[in-house]
Amino acid sequence: MNVMQPIDRIRGGVHERERHESGHKHVSGTAEYIDDIAEPAGTLHAYLGLSERAHAEILSIDFQAVTSSPGVVGILTADDIPGENDISPAHKHDDPVFASGKVEFHGQPIFAVIATSRDAARRACAKVKIGYRDLPHVTDVVEAAAANYPLVIDPLKLERGDIDAGFAKAKNAVQGEMRIGGQDHFYLEGHISFAFPGEDDEVTVIASTQHPSETQHMIAQVLGVPSNAITVNVRRMGGAFGGKETQANLFAAVAALAARKYRRPVKVRPDRDDDMAATGKRHDFHVDYKIGFDDEGRIEAVDAVFAARCGFSADLSGPVTDRALFHADNCYFYPNVRLRSRPLKTNTVSNTAFRGFGGPQGMVGGERMIEDIAYTLGKDPLEIRKLNFYGGGGRNLTPYHQTVDDNIIGRIIEELEASADYAARREAVLAFNHENRVIKRGIALTPVKFGISFTKTEYNQAGALVHVYTDGSIQLNHGGTEMGQGLYTKVAQVVADEFQVDLDRIKVTATSTGKVPNTSATAASSGSDLNGMAAANAAEQIKTRLVRFAAERYGVDEADVAFEPNVVRIGSERIAFADFIKSAYAARIQLSAAGFYKTPKIHWDRSQGRGRPFYYYAYGASCSEVSVDTLTGEYQVERTDLLHDVGKSLNPALDLGQVEGAFVQGMGWLTTEELWWDAKGRLRTHAPSTYKIPLASDRPRVFNVRLAEWSVNREETIRRSKAVGEPPFMLGISVLEAISMAAASVAEYRIPPRIDTPATPERVLMAIERLRGAASRGEADG
Amino acid sequence: MTIEIRDTIRFRLNEREVELADVSPVQTLLDFLRIDRNLRGTKEGCAEGDCGACTVLVGRLNDGRLKYESVNACIRFVASLDGCHVVTVEALAQPDGPLHPVQQAMVDTHASQCGFCTPGFVMSLYGLWMENPKPSVQEIEKALQGNLCRCTGYAAIIRAAEAISSIGELGKDPLVAERERIARQLAALRDGRRVEIGSEKERVVLPGSLDDFAAVLEANPKATIVAGSTDVGLWVTKFMRDIAPVVHLSHLEELRRISVDADGITLAAGVSYTEAYPSIVRRFPQLRELWDRIGGEQVRNMGTIGGNIANGSPIGDTPPALIALGATVTLRKGGERRTVPLESFFIEYGRQDRQPGEFVESVRVPFLSDADRFAVYKISKRLDEDISSVCGAFRVRLDGEGRVADATIAFGGMAGTPKRASNVEAGLKGSVWGETAVNAAVAGFERDFTPLTDWRASADYRMLVAKNLLRRFYLETQETRNVRIDRAVAAAV
Repeated sequence: MNVMQPIDRIRGGVHERERHESGHKHVSGTAEYIDDIAEPAGTLHAYLGLSERAHAEILSIDFQAVTSSPGVVGILTADDIPGENDISPAHKHDDPVFASGKVEFHGQPIFAVIATSRDAARRACAKVKIGYRDLPHVTDVVEAAAANYPLVIDPLKLERGDIDAGFAKAKNAVQGEMRIGGQDHFYLEGHISFAFPGEDDEVTVIASTQHPSETQHMIAQVLGVPSNAITVNVRRMGGAFGGKETQANLFAAVAALAARKYRRPVKVRPDRDDDMAATGKRHDFHVDYKIGFDDEGRIEAVDAVFAARCGFSADLSGPVTDRALFHADNCYFYPNVRLRSRPLKTNTVSNTAFRGFGGPQGMVGGERMIEDIAYTLGKDPLEIRKLNFYGGGGRNLTPYHQTVDDNIIGRIIEELEASADYAARREAVLAFNHENRVIKRGIALTPVKFGISFTKTEYNQAGALVHVYTDGSIQLNHGGTEMGQGLYTKVAQVVADEFQVDLDRIKVTATSTGKVPNTSATAASSGSDLNGMAAANAAEQIKTRLVRFAAERYGVDEADVAFEPNVVRIGSERIAFADFIKSAYAARIQLSAAGFYKTPKIHWDRSQGRGRPFYYYAYGASCSEVSVDTLTGEYQVERTDLLHDVGKSLNPALDLGQVEGAFVQGMGWLTTEELWWDAKGRLRTHAPSTYKIPLASDRPRVFNVRLAEWSVNREETIRRSKAVGEPPFMLGISVLEAISMAAASVAEYRIPPRIDTPATPERVLMAIERLRGAASRGEADG
Repeated sequence: MTIEIRDTIRFRLNEREVELADVSPVQTLLDFLRIDRNLRGTKEGCAEGDCGACTVLVGRLNDGRLKYESVNACIRFVASLDGCHVVTVEALAQPDGPLHPVQQAMVDTHASQCGFCTPGFVMSLYGLWMENPKPSVQEIEKALQGNLCRCTGYAAIIRAAEAISSIGELGKDPLVAERERIARQLAALRDGRRVEIGSEKERVVLPGSLDDFAAVLEANPKATIVAGSTDVGLWVTKFMRDIAPVVHLSHLEELRRISVDADGITLAAGVSYTEAYPSIVRRFPQLRELWDRIGGEQVRNMGTIGGNIANGSPIGDTPPALIALGATVTLRKGGERRTVPLESFFIEYGRQDRQPGEFVESVRVPFLSDADRFAVYKISKRLDEDISSVCGAFRVRLDGEGRVADATIAFGGMAGTPKRASNVEAGLKGSVWGETAVNAAVAGFERDFTPLTDWRASADYRMLVAKNLLRRFYLETQETRNVRIDRAVAAAV
């Protein structure tokens, strides 16, 4: 055996700025997405036929021209479903694969055409003639409430203290409402599934899904076969952001259904416009609020109702609207509080998960209340924020009765205020606005506190599978999916660190329900928290066996066996990892393990609105300065400074990318990304030509982004890191608040500006006109 | 005169020459690459030329010079590629070889996350690098206006773009080093013949010359004319329309000529926005921002001035400005030509003053006089790569006493066509150019326009902005500070 000289450390261990494991493949076009997989001979293509009514009875369907269209092999409708025509993730039986008898939104799938090419299937789809009888429809959340539309799922109430007493005590009270727009995910790779029939009832589906296990279960339910007949694989997604948590199930089910019926591989990929029409988005909200506060701006009582446009079915609207309430406090202590959700049905596509999962809408509502207090009292909103932060005796209890015991927002804000030079720049902005009539500036510094864990406790578990091969190479598999966030890289770093081998010795393989079963969605920012721990657990099991083997073989104490960089030290001898593995194999040591993890400490009683739904919180803060044109409402983000807490980062380069990307996505949500339905209930912003996500030139002109390097998770998470996917999304709120300040300047900062979102140039200009009118009528005294 | 006919399309794809006899009029370059050639590094993100995931480079000879430009493969028709060199991401690095400097820079700066948009970004940056090896941040942003990334927030991609030249030498790039050889090969593909392919129902024609184009069109008055395909491409990819017979013109150098005389500039109809840019911004610096904000880089490389006019969009990127400048268009049918003011070319929504068999041959834009004040403002939801909600162009000439001697004001997005605000113009004429006159004149907008509410903007917003743009124009003529957001502020990464 080789005796190795010790080296300092492995390449690519935890906390290293390691590159994305697929980076070189992304740039060369060799990273394989589902549509890039070479199709076996005989592959068929499915295309979905969508409703052209928002709410109607289907009277007749004439498929004659469809069937005779070139290349068409067949048509699938609800009648072709051998199992259940339902893919409701909430198990409410309200989410059909194909509408039957009635359509409930414009864009709802009614049938699928199967043809020899995608183009043939798509062209044939357009030839259908459907007879409808229109029913009254409602697309807007306020109209839905007025029309007494039902709730899609039970609402939640969070209550603490005595709001009547709180309002009675408060010297000031403000009542308001706000509309918060939704958001399309605009993953660059649209939905796609590719199904391969197997023997008996087996089907393997390669799906662009964040939730392979649920996709597997839904396919089984639709086909009427047990889950063990279905395998779902996913190597990578071209973006997901929550849009492929439940929404992939439809496409996977259709592909599987067709593959089973025609006994040939079937691929389904909608056009971008159809993808945007037929799949759910971030929920739009309408918030009704009342706040009581003292003359300094300290909050005494909050009473708010968060109504959401859920669309035609429940989907994930329950947990999404719950999470909105969980984040309506952001970083602020509400002494007396009542928060209620109203998950309303509408005749729109069923809204779903999207980065933040309702949290951003709750937080924007909470920040709107802060803004109202500040402009009512004529104070700097940051002063109001600091006054109300959690902290101090008796001021650490959330509206859901969880104690905030890891609060670092004070230090985050203090550091960002200094590094962004907030105070001096605010003075400069005020002076600029005093001197300039057309262009106005605004600056805002906003905090973020985001709770980490699935609020449904059972989802907080994960599995991993680690194989060590006799050449010392390691194969890693886990239940998490890769959608660009770098999960595969991070978990591989964890395993490299466990075995103390260079990262290139580890290969991560496609997520598969056949390798790790019963997984949770890669969602709720939990990917590396859960799967990192499960993979570490698998590695530990193998290491335990190896240590025992080494101790016995070499007659040393187990404490004298150590995994050092690329070697195993046994007593004073160092053996190359591969050689050591070879000898362990020869000694018949099991070199494979299935790891498991479940998050400790959490519990939640929804009926009581009490518990500890979150294992810990992630924090961050953002300071943005904008210029606004008061003639047109156009604006530009001049500078943004971010400081964000990821605990002790598993990979600072990837985490920084998450923070930068989330901020820009959050900014887009609150500024230019507008979902617009016409009177017929048709979404008209259904393609990048009409739906405007940020471009490179929308980046802040100066963009300083830092991680809070001193932060260490107080809880025993994987290497003391924190989740990073969702929390920084809400850093985008500073842009909205800065635009608000610029608008408020036309009324001397004495009238709450109350700009609804997205704050398009139109909404900004109309708010400025309203504020000017109110100021000239002398309404500026709060 | 009989013209020789060829019945194949010939072009170069990466390292190989391709000759195709069977090209459907609706076959897009993207489907050809992905389905026919199994080159799947180029992705489909939107199939409408707005996301850039399908970006490839197309090299084309113009006046003997071979230039590579980024284009959207999703809306580019294969038939239009005759004589071109198509370069896809697969050409940049061999499977086991080192990455190209553009690719290496992207990896080093962590500029890919999900990676789906990445090949498109690589190709856009490659195109930029070849033209401008040390671009400023603003130049990078401009080159990336047509590329959407949903993951990174772009900061890392900008860092990559800045790092390319520190990683590789432009001179060693194959397309740079072998430019002359490739140019000779492309020149050899051009035989001046008319290309005719497809059966009667699927006819595609590439005329051999401008005169041949006129003849072909006169003989096929119902043919779809395709220039840059930034609009017609969507008829196919989104509306699945049958566009045959098709006559392409992007290969005709005669339709890419720009001539400048003492009084104005004449742009042949096939001049792309990119080709027009240097002449336009030198003669009309007021058009620089508008031109920089037309589509994204790929669309500016494909889209043409003539196409922008001929398609009769009610918004149009250039028509409001060109109308305000007093532009005229020359239409041609066979050997007959006529010239009309641009504003009268637009009759009503969906109807233009173009006869069957007739085509827009050129646009002439007269120069401004020293007494003219001119500006154009584009208002859109997103700054770049967006369609105007309102676009206003203003030209005012003052007499020696500060009175408005002449005013031409044209708007897009306010009516069914690009249209003049004649009541506002009349209200200004003869008045002293000042706030009083402006505030009185804006009422004329209510008589000139009845804008619509749609997803881009409400009628109320459009009307208010139209009025305010005249106010902005006035303030800018007074050289007041901070009238407009300073877009030129350099971004720091």
